[in-house]
Amino acid sequence: MSLKAVETFVTEDGRSIGPVILEVKDITLKFGGVTAIQNISFDIRGGEVRAIIGPNGAGKSSMLNVINGFYHPQEGEVWFKNELRAPMKPYQIAYQGIARTFQNIALFKGMSTLDNIMTGRFTHMSSGIFAQAWWKGAAEKEEFSNREKVEQIIDFLEIQKIRKTEVGRLPYGLQKRVELGRALAAEPRLLLLDEPMAGMNVEEKEDMSRFILDVNEEFGTTVALIEHDMGVVMDIADRVVVMDYGKKIGDGTPEEIRKNQVVIDAYLGISHD
Amino acid sequence: MFLFDPFFWEVVISGLLAGVMYALVALGFVLIFKASGIFNFAQGVLALFAALTLVGFQTGQIPFAHLLEALFGLHASHWGEGMNTVLALFLSLVVMIGLAWLIVKIVLRPLVNQEGIILFMATIGLAFVLEGVGDLMWGANVKRLDVGLPEGPSDFLLDNTGMFIEKLEISAAVVAIILVVTLMIFSQYTKMGRALRAVADDHQAALSVGISLETIWWVVWSISGLVALVAGVMWGAKSGVQFSLSLIALKALPVLMLGGFTSIPGAIIGGLMIGVGEKMFEFYIGPMIGGATENWFAYMLALLFLLFRPQGLFGEKIIERV
Amino acid sequence: MIYREAGDFKTTYKADQDTFPIRFDRVAFWLSIFVVALIIPFFVNDYWEKAVFLPFFIYAIAAIGLNILTGYCGQVSLGTGGFMAVGAYSSYKLMTSFPSLDMFVVVILSGFVTAVVGIIFGMPSLRIKGFYLAVATLASQFFLVWLFNKWEWTYNYSATGQITAPERDFLGIVVTGAYSDPWATYIFCFGFLFIFGWMARNLVCGHIGRSWMAIRDMDIAAEIIGVNPLKAKLSAFAVSSFYIGVAGALYFAVWLGAAEPTEAFSIDKSFDVLFMIIIGGLGSMTGSLIGAAFIVLLPVTFKTLLVGFLGWPTDIAEFIQIILIGSLIIFFLIKEPHGIAALWRTLKQKLRLWPFPH
Repeated sequence: MSLKAVETFVTEDGRSIGPVILEVKDITLKFGGVTAIQNISFDIRGGEVRAIIGPNGAGKSSMLNVINGFYHPQEGEVWFKNELRAPMKPYQIAYQGIARTFQNIALFKGMSTLDNIMTGRFTHMSSGIFAQAWWKGAAEKEEFSNREKVEQIIDFLEIQKIRKTEVGRLPYGLQKRVELGRALAAEPRLLLLDEPMAGMNVEEKEDMSRFILDVNEEFGTTVALIEHDMGVVMDIADRVVVMDYGKKIGDGTPEEIRKNQVVIDAYLGISHD
Repeated sequence: MFLFDPFFWEVVISGLLAGVMYALVALGFVLIFKASGIFNFAQGVLALFAALTLVGFQTGQIPFAHLLEALFGLHASHWGEGMNTVLALFLSLVVMIGLAWLIVKIVLRPLVNQEGIILFMATIGLAFVLEGVGDLMWGANVKRLDVGLPEGPSDFLLDNTGMFIEKLEISAAVVAIILVVTLMIFSQYTKMGRALRAVADDHQAALSVGISLETIWWVVWSISGLVALVAGVMWGAKSGVQFSLSLIALKALPVLMLGGFTSIPGAIIGGLMIGVGEKMFEFYIGPMIGGATENWFAYMLALLFLLFRPQGLFGEKIIERV
Repeated sequence: MIYREAGDFKTTYKADQDTFPIRFDRVAFWLSIFVVALIIPFFVNDYWEKAVFLPFFIYAIAAIGLNILTGYCGQVSLGTGGFMAVGAYSSYKLMTSFPSLDMFVVVILSGFVTAVVGIIFGMPSLRIKGFYLAVATLASQFFLVWLFNKWEWTYNYSATGQITAPERDFLGIVVTGAYSDPWATYIFCFGFLFIFGWMARNLVCGHIGRSWMAIRDMDIAAEIIGVNPLKAKLSAFAVSSFYIGVAGALYFAVWLGAAEPTEAFSIDKSFDVLFMIIIGGLGSMTGSLIGAAFIVLLPVTFKTLLVGFLGWPTDIAEFIQIILIGSLIIFFLIKEPHGIAALWRTLKQKLRLWPFPH
């Protein structure tokens, strides 16, 4: 166990965040001959908002896919809650308390908002197939207690009105919100958000930023997010990892990243010319 | 040593000959799949429909005779002596091309951009429509089809090697091989052929060649109509034109699963493998378990195969992205 | 003006979960159950029993089963005929090996046997998807039918290769064999439809049902939420096959009384049931019932109208019927993939506002 796992950390705005809950060490991921991620290490501390930024094709989404078990890296280790994680299937990782949203919305299009978010409670529901078929008693009780949690999330995200609407019919911004709700429903320890604000207008972005910060503060959920809007990232992130061409080129508080010459050259420089 | 056993070679060769036919029908599937992403379940019924039409023209049947009788009390069922085989073949091909046009306009165009599985189910519906229309037009009784192909065992092979191989199967294989080669040349070296292959990769790119998507579909469905006609003639000549013909053509489905849906060489090799495999299995294992294993062997083989190689022999490996 | 939902507010989750959230629907449902269960049995005769009610009840059970697999879990199967055969032959073996076993138990056990077979043939669904899987299920169709033709033990070495249902009872009332009363078989099959329809509805509303739909709509997202694809797909195969097995047992033992595999369980059965759920509505319990009623009633209607009334030959009526069914499949896939059930919902939406559409 590393020292970092116990110490706390004080952020720029004076917030004290907890010990490391997830650490990736020397991750290398290849597809055939293409190296998507090369030798990357960083950590995520409990209770923080951690941002991963970088130009397109830098390997950010692949990194999230490694963390939630969709890709298996050729080299490197993932430590979660102070334990070396054995190779696992994505659904097992969900049971460990990691949830995520997707860059291109991955909602269950044929189901209502309510059902989508209820599906997010899957890891908390355990009644068997016969109990489900009989319904009366255990299954019904379990359904209603989980429904209560889901209603809280619906209230929190202010989506009461679209509860019974099929999500395929919702506008883009609301779909993103429902997807966040579905991930929140799992009550995750670590929430991974892949470009939660992509394609949104300023107002929607503000809403989404507020939700992310509220989730982080009210539920104490650790958030790791990928985002392109530098303004938003610098505003809401406690610490930032910068990737470029599959390599890590910077890691630190927003202030440190802003001053980091390598990052300015590689990323900020490009985006401004 | 089994290599010197004429029975072994007889089984292998008759398997290969049957396999060429499977390969041909599978090729029809591959072309449609590559050009429109449709898994055409109706291919078998297309073959049946083509064969029924051919027999109808040959023998001079009046289409919908029974329906007309029921509706108007007309009693005529034939309009004459029929026509010669070449003309009947030509007219049947024209009918198949017209049918292809109708299918594209009525079924495919409204279903553009639908998921593959919806299109697949639509072709099941299409299979039923065609079966019904074919029966209604020409009657559902078993018909004899004679296009003048040689019949009986090949004396040359029988005398020299002791193998019993039907002449009909040899000529069917020869025709199929010619057609397969023609199709490969067509798709490799002609502008239309290149457009067909391009449309599979990128609809926009194909359009930039200056050929509309609907035209491309019409062409592939016409080609598969031609393939169906040939398959219908060969199988029909062998065992009569009847409903079971459409089930034989379904054997091309496991061929595709073996060979991969997008690979022309895959369809050919898969077809030969299934042809030889099912004959060998029926000959050596069949008697022990009661025979008639040809009904399911191809499917089971494909199923087991897919468990280990889901993309088929030559299909491209699918990398899932999130 | 009878159809109103305004003022029908929900204050508990229980009420919100109700199958029929609108009181009018609820009353109509129980009224029709009352008529079907307690009134019709007094009047049902042999023709209506054999030509309309039994096929409807039995196919409805099969359609619910296939809809669970295809409509809810997104796995298209063309093996329904084969699985019905497993149910039928299981019930035959159970009836002949344990003559004192109650028919209810026989049917349930047949369902479980079919579920096991369904799990085995469902295994490939983990590796292959979409129409690949559909073709793979053809393997089960052809293989199972062949098996029941060749494996003499399954038909007790009878010379004809046929199986014939002996006389068995349910709680002392004869429900199989030549001397069963129409009302008894009617109630017996309706009971199965009612109980298992209710259970299917429970299943699809709970978290297992949601895991099926999640796999159908987006399997990768489902997995990342914690759904084990193996468990979800195989449970769908198991439950679906159970229903189809129950339907197969009733089909052979109660309705037909005798069967041989090639005809009774041919691939046409697979298509019939698939068509029921496409026409009725994929992913809808009501749709399964509507579809079953439609496909069962269509030939009866055609026979009565074209053959009986107009005096056309039977085969022409049959061809037209095939064309009509095929066209309807294409029509529904193009216009309304959710089937008649969705058309009915749209109609209700309009009725709600009637007579003031704006």
